[in-house]
Amino acid sequence: MTTNSVTSSATGPNKGVSRQAIFVGILLAVGLIAPFAVYPVFLMKGLCFALFAAAFNLLLGYVGLLSFGHAMFFGWSAYITAHAAKEWGLTPEIAVLLGTFCAAGMGAVVGWLAIRRQGIYFAMITLALAQLMYFVALQAPFTHGEDGIQGVPRGHLFGVIDLSDTLNMYYFVFGVFALALFFLYRVVNSPFGQVLKAIRDNEPRAISLGYQVDRYKLIAFIISAALSGTAGSVKSLVFQLASLTDVHWHASGEVVLMTLLGGVGTIFGPTAGAYLVVTIQNYFATLGSWVTIIQGVIFVICVLAFRAGIVGVLRPFLKKRGIEA
Amino acid sequence: MRNESSALLKVDGLEAWYGESHILHGMNFEVHKGEVVTLLGRNGAGKTTTMKSVMGMVGKRKGSITFEGVETINLSSNKIARLGVALCPEERGIFSSLTVKENMVLPPIVKPGGLPLAEVYDLFPRLLERGGSQGTKLSGGEQQMLAIARILRTGATMLLLDEPTEGLAPVIVQHIGDIIRKLKERGFTILLVEQNFHFAATVADRHYVVEHGHVIDMIPNAELTSNMAKLKGYLGV
Repeated sequence: MTTNSVTSSATGPNKGVSRQAIFVGILLAVGLIAPFAVYPVFLMKGLCFALFAAAFNLLLGYVGLLSFGHAMFFGWSAYITAHAAKEWGLTPEIAVLLGTFCAAGMGAVVGWLAIRRQGIYFAMITLALAQLMYFVALQAPFTHGEDGIQGVPRGHLFGVIDLSDTLNMYYFVFGVFALALFFLYRVVNSPFGQVLKAIRDNEPRAISLGYQVDRYKLIAFIISAALSGTAGSVKSLVFQLASLTDVHWHASGEVVLMTLLGGVGTIFGPTAGAYLVVTIQNYFATLGSWVTIIQGVIFVICVLAFRAGIVGVLRPFLKKRGIEA
Repeated sequence: MRNESSALLKVDGLEAWYGESHILHGMNFEVHKGEVVTLLGRNGAGKTTTMKSVMGMVGKRKGSITFEGVETINLSSNKIARLGVALCPEERGIFSSLTVKENMVLPPIVKPGGLPLAEVYDLFPRLLERGGSQGTKLSGGEQQMLAIARILRTGATMLLLDEPTEGLAPVIVQHIGDIIRKLKERGFTILLVEQNFHFAATVADRHYVVEHGHVIDMIPNAELTSNMAKLKGYLGV
């Protein structure tokens, strides 16, 4: 009896892995051929926000921390990358890495201050610090205030590949996105990720088992901030612009919306949510401020009808087929 | 007579509060290495609060708690766990989004000498069969087994078991009793909170009776029968 169940559980995951591989392979193939069917700049915008939402989801979905200030990492790394590429002439990969490291550094400071509190207090501290950083961005000379940093050169990747070519730029963004998502997948499925989930499920129990949970939360916060920074950095190269829009609290709210719509605590949910929101913004742009109302209606429908989000609803169906989404 | 210094866990004048509520009013007891000791008492007597205080999970506490001679009254919960104290809480505390196996391997190894995973599965074969199930999909008895099983491989030498038989079928209670006896044979020291003194009598060496946040009596298990009337009076049964 025991032997049978052990054997069947041993064959289960293998079958699952192969189906998972096929599923991921299909998604990769779709990503690779997509720019031939859809406007690449739209796709790149979606990928940047998808990465931002995926990074945010690490914190909300796997640690249970709702940050209302992630725009500071997204927007400030955009400024750093834009400034480094335009004023210092750094190559795009170095400029993006610089933006990522700066976001990680900011994440370390903000996280250290914020993780001591939970729930609404955590959200309020992150919002307050983000607003503080917004006003710094408004006043600092190098950000050029309301104008932002415009005409950011995309440059040559590794000094060789010309990113001013839209298709090259797309594959660079797609590569960064795929690597970051794979990294997040590894993180949440590692022993470290299991401790994060345990903290989310029952923090006092995780502490009483011997875990210094503040350290785990801080590391998760730094990873989340760093990858949000990567997303902001890449976006500044895609649009050749770093502006106040990306550090505004609206951006912090949008990433919450994207994550919840797509499915909090899922791997691909934030991507689905990001594309849904970006699609609404792009294709309903002619409706002006009605876009916000449409977003609101969709959010209400989501909360009422499928709280788990798009991928969250599909997840049990996919799981039965050995696919982790 | 036991030498006082041989106490693995010594609680002296322990007071504890939940907010403004003063729960423990000077608890005094000790547990020696290799013993199984129970805290008996009515609901609200302060048994679980004592367990949580020993584990460092009650915010405001005073007095002295020493484990292996180390004062722990001001230590945080995770540091106490690292000394080798492990709690199996009343509500079991299974991590709902993790599988049985993930729950099993999650607690960190705090000391060498914990049971290897294979031996833990020997004690709880059902958990091996349910390894891939979500923690919340288990029955009450299986959850209780998992809650005990996962602290055995950490190397903790002192186990705090808070009402491990609560709400379980008699056959499961019997199994839990067997497990506690086996753990004692393997050298674990166990502090057990129980309301069911019939069960406690089958596993424990000594019983402390707790009332209104302090110990009012200590009854060795060998003298339990002769003190039964007194004990029933304490517990109101």
